[in-house]
Amino acid sequence: MQKMEHLYRQIIMDHYKNPRHKGLKDDSSFVTHRHKNPSCGDDITIQSRVENGIVKEIRHDGTGCSICCSSASVVADLLTNKTVDEARSLIHNYIKMIADQPFEQEDALEDALAYEGVKQFPARIKCATIAWKALEATLDEEEGETVE
Amino acid sequence: MDAHALKNDFTVLRNQTLTYLDTAASSLKPDVVLEAMNAYYHNNPVNVHRGVYEMSHVATKHYEQARRDIANFINADFEEVVFTRGASSALNLVALTWGEQNLQAGDEIVTSMLEHHSHLLPWQQLAKRKKASLVYVPLNAEGRITEAALKKVITKRTKILTLTYVSNTLGYKTPLEPIIKIAKAHGIKTSIDAAQAVPHTPVDVKKLDCDFLAFSGHKMCGPSGIGVLYAKRELLDKLDPLEYGGDMNDRVGLYDVEVKRPPYKFETGTPPIAEAIGLARAVQYLSKIGLEKIANHEHHLATLAIAGLQSIEGVTIYNPTTDTGIVNFNFDGVHPHDAVTVFDEASVALRAGHHCAQLVLKFLEVSATLRASFYLYNTEEDVQHFIKTVASARRFFTKVGF
Repeated sequence: MQKMEHLYRQIIMDHYKNPRHKGLKDDSSFVTHRHKNPSCGDDITIQSRVENGIVKEIRHDGTGCSICCSSASVVADLLTNKTVDEARSLIHNYIKMIADQPFEQEDALEDALAYEGVKQFPARIKCATIAWKALEATLDEEEGETVE
Repeated sequence: MDAHALKNDFTVLRNQTLTYLDTAASSLKPDVVLEAMNAYYHNNPVNVHRGVYEMSHVATKHYEQARRDIANFINADFEEVVFTRGASSALNLVALTWGEQNLQAGDEIVTSMLEHHSHLLPWQQLAKRKKASLVYVPLNAEGRITEAALKKVITKRTKILTLTYVSNTLGYKTPLEPIIKIAKAHGIKTSIDAAQAVPHTPVDVKKLDCDFLAFSGHKMCGPSGIGVLYAKRELLDKLDPLEYGGDMNDRVGLYDVEVKRPPYKFETGTPPIAEAIGLARAVQYLSKIGLEKIANHEHHLATLAIAGLQSIEGVTIYNPTTDTGIVNFNFDGVHPHDAVTVFDEASVALRAGHHCAQLVLKFLEVSATLRASFYLYNTEEDVQHFIKTVASARRFFTKVGF
């Protein structure tokens, strides 16, 4: 159970029980992406609103396991008010950490560091990254629009 | 039967302390099946029905003997056994041949919310294409298909019943004998998904009197990549092939083709030869143990497991009256994917999710569940280890704040 206790850290359970930034906005200034993992039923929708290269607001909603739902809250908390470049860099480092690869910005990942235990559970990597990847997709779409 | 001794027939069970409770997804494969397949690959690994040389003749003989053995196993005639890529392919084949060639706008297809996606979606999509209606037989409070409910939904427009024999999620056995009798009396065809029945209980297609019945190799100690479609000979005679190509024809002309007789007109291309031989060996293995004994054994283990689960607070069981070795449950307030990791740590393999039957979960009003499924190689010790793991998981989840 020691490995399990490392997985279900208090920070994670707190974000699971008391999610921040939860609930979607019906507002066209947000870009929305919904990501699903059909094998287990994780289903997360992320919204982001970017102004002048800064992620001003992130919203999320959905259903899934504690790792999946809590990480939506954590990523929303962490990346709000970051520049798009900073947000991307943190997303990449977080995904590297979960995949058990060398990663940087340990301090900047703050609460998201609690998910380091996931690397011991390869079957749960998808749960821990689905919200982060959905957020990245909203940033990609936002930037695509800016280029046009 | 001695499940402890049977464990020794499986390399994967000899070499590690695995509590394998996911047979409903795929069974383990005994060494004798692998040896039979290896013998084909080592000794006569050539094509069937083609080569005019001794080795091909031997391969053909083994392949067709496999068909004969599998036909005998379900009491079908040799010509009524079509090899497919799996149960999904077999069930699709029925919708895409009989369904395409016989259904019209306004016709009704009766199905149930217990169906696996492989039996639901081919008919759901066919209904859309044909402008036919898909009619769901209402399940009773437990989630069972009953004869009474079925009587209420059939009408003059009903053309086919597409029902599961055993629910892969709730483990209930459909009362098919009376249901098929009703169907016959009204001239309604029947397509049966027997993927969770044939591996676990004696199935006699003549006694059942169904028109179509499908099952897979890999859920019954056989290899993946092969399934069986049983269909009545007179239906197979009338149906056009789904796929055209090599081997399925007698004579090819510039503008037309003469197709072979059943089952060959439904088997184009090089068939799954080693897989057919492996499946026939699996059938022999199961027959030697005895299907009745297997059914009783796994139901006994499921009953023990349910009693164990009932003694733990904060666990919900969805099918306490299961007819088979399938047990479906959840930890209250804990997503199954969180739960399944605890089982993985204890080397207990369980299924978490929607079991390729999302409509069942809609019926149960949950997004996902945990499923334990027992088979011939599981023992009472496996049940005890499973229940011990459930109890410690429950304590852990309560402790970390779920």
